[in-house]
Amino acid sequence: MSEAAKVREIRALIAAHKRWDLVFAMLGLLALMVGVLTFAALFGQMALEGAPRLSWDFFTHFPSRKPDQAGILSAWVGSTLVMIVTAATAVPLGVGAGVYLEEYAPRNWMTDLIEINVTNLAGVPSIVYGLLALGLFVYQFGFGQSILTAGLTLGLLILPVVIVATREAIRAIPAAIREGAYALGASKWQTTSDHILPYSMAGILTGVIIGMARAIGETAPVITIGALTFIAFLPAAPFTGDPPAGLFEWILSPFTVMPIQMFNWTSRPEAAFQHNAAAAGLVLVVMTLSMNALAIYIRYRLRKNIKW
Amino acid sequence: MVATPAPEIAPVAVAAAPLPSKKSESRGLGFYYGSFQALKNISMPVYAKKVTALIGPSGCGKSTYLRCFNRMHDLYPGNRYEGDIMLYPDHTNILNPEVDPIEVRMRISMVFQKPNPFPKSIYENVAYGLRVRGERKRALLDEKVEDALRGAALWEEVKNRLDHLAFNLSGGQQQRLCIARALATDPEMLLFDEPTSALDPIATASIEQLIAELKEKITILIVTHNMQQAARVSDYTAYMYLGELIEFDATDTIFIKPRNKQTEDYITGRFG
Repeated sequence: MSEAAKVREIRALIAAHKRWDLVFAMLGLLALMVGVLTFAALFGQMALEGAPRLSWDFFTHFPSRKPDQAGILSAWVGSTLVMIVTAATAVPLGVGAGVYLEEYAPRNWMTDLIEINVTNLAGVPSIVYGLLALGLFVYQFGFGQSILTAGLTLGLLILPVVIVATREAIRAIPAAIREGAYALGASKWQTTSDHILPYSMAGILTGVIIGMARAIGETAPVITIGALTFIAFLPAAPFTGDPPAGLFEWILSPFTVMPIQMFNWTSRPEAAFQHNAAAAGLVLVVMTLSMNALAIYIRYRLRKNIKW
Repeated sequence: MVATPAPEIAPVAVAAAPLPSKKSESRGLGFYYGSFQALKNISMPVYAKKVTALIGPSGCGKSTYLRCFNRMHDLYPGNRYEGDIMLYPDHTNILNPEVDPIEVRMRISMVFQKPNPFPKSIYENVAYGLRVRGERKRALLDEKVEDALRGAALWEEVKNRLDHLAFNLSGGQQQRLCIARALATDPEMLLFDEPTSALDPIATASIEQLIAELKEKITILIVTHNMQQAARVSDYTAYMYLGELIEFDATDTIFIKPRNKQTEDYITGRFG
């Protein structure tokens, strides 16, 4: 075969390979677009429908029978307060459990069993957490259908996410750094508090916020524990009232949250309430997206000084 | 800077003079990773204020041996020691399970293969060992940090940017920072685990010079896979192979007329 024929053959082969590259690129783009466009369409429709309802009044008014006067005041305040309790529950428990499993727990079959179960917990349907909370927090502990109950329930729900995020962030720290601390005579706790926790903080906070972004949209467990669907008052503002018990009055108050308010409005026949639901949905999506944006920002800021 | 005797004249002095005092000594040291025996019955002295080099082919156990001296193996499950490592003059057996590994690490510092500064400021890196010991007085910390950085020949390069991140230093500077960090707590003994294997020749030369200066004050045990380095920096050399100590002697004896055929083959490059 002449040199020229060889070159022609090689070029034909390359062209055939490139056709397959193109085919896959098209298929991949299509697969991507199905997801992205569907979300864009849903979000776009919700925005079109709901945006005209967004006004200062919408955020500062309680729900009402008259759709044009109804607002999401009790819902966004409820969601915010529940998220505070959720974070206060999930962060210490999740980070503590994650650090213990990574740094302290002996490596044996018990630890393996616990690890497998923690991973499995993340897959338990959220309504099951609702049922558990109804029995345990509402009736057994007598917390009632309160912000406390909802916060604890959602805290438990995202606990596995926080534990797994903590462990992964800790595992990303090179062994050399840990050994460097121990070699200077640091105890386990000194190593953990001076090195392990600070260096894994970016990953831990990212996990916490992503878990919270999931929790803020949860509806089923919150309905199960008995959140109200119509509520025309606010809990006492945190840390007001007569000390000591009065300071935490808000925590035992009845409440509603954003997704329940949405659910309530979508179940109404009037078209005007559908617009309210879309507007509330818009607010909820923006809340979730800004939490994720915050997670990205925190990760960027905290990782800036860490190179490994 | 105190002048250090050139390696060529060291053997004569060592051979003629009585042996220096021992800082430490392993006696019948064995070590197991699970069921794998990585070290077999190693007995050798570590002389006070001398540099002892551990050489041998990869996997011979030299790093494993070094890491017994600060009980680094305790950090991982399934590791087991047998035999003793005595620390003098107080006759403490480092490997005694009743001796807390933290106590051992407070007396014996270590410098690792790759520079491993913490993602903190230069100052905080050096001060960390003191902070671990509960030191809070700013003036005392400042003084010790400066001393340690001077001791590691880094002070002049970093004195104006102590609050900068340690990661912004070059590799050689980072390794000297790690040496300063190890020196800040006045250890009795310093372990080096192939400290120059990640460095360029110029940074390597500065670390070697530093080691020569440090042995005036401190006992040094160093693992190296670079035989020229062992010849340049050490007073005594141990040749290890497959977890066993093949030969231990004054460095010049090992390099000029080793008693063991295996050692000679390794030194002359016929094997390794």
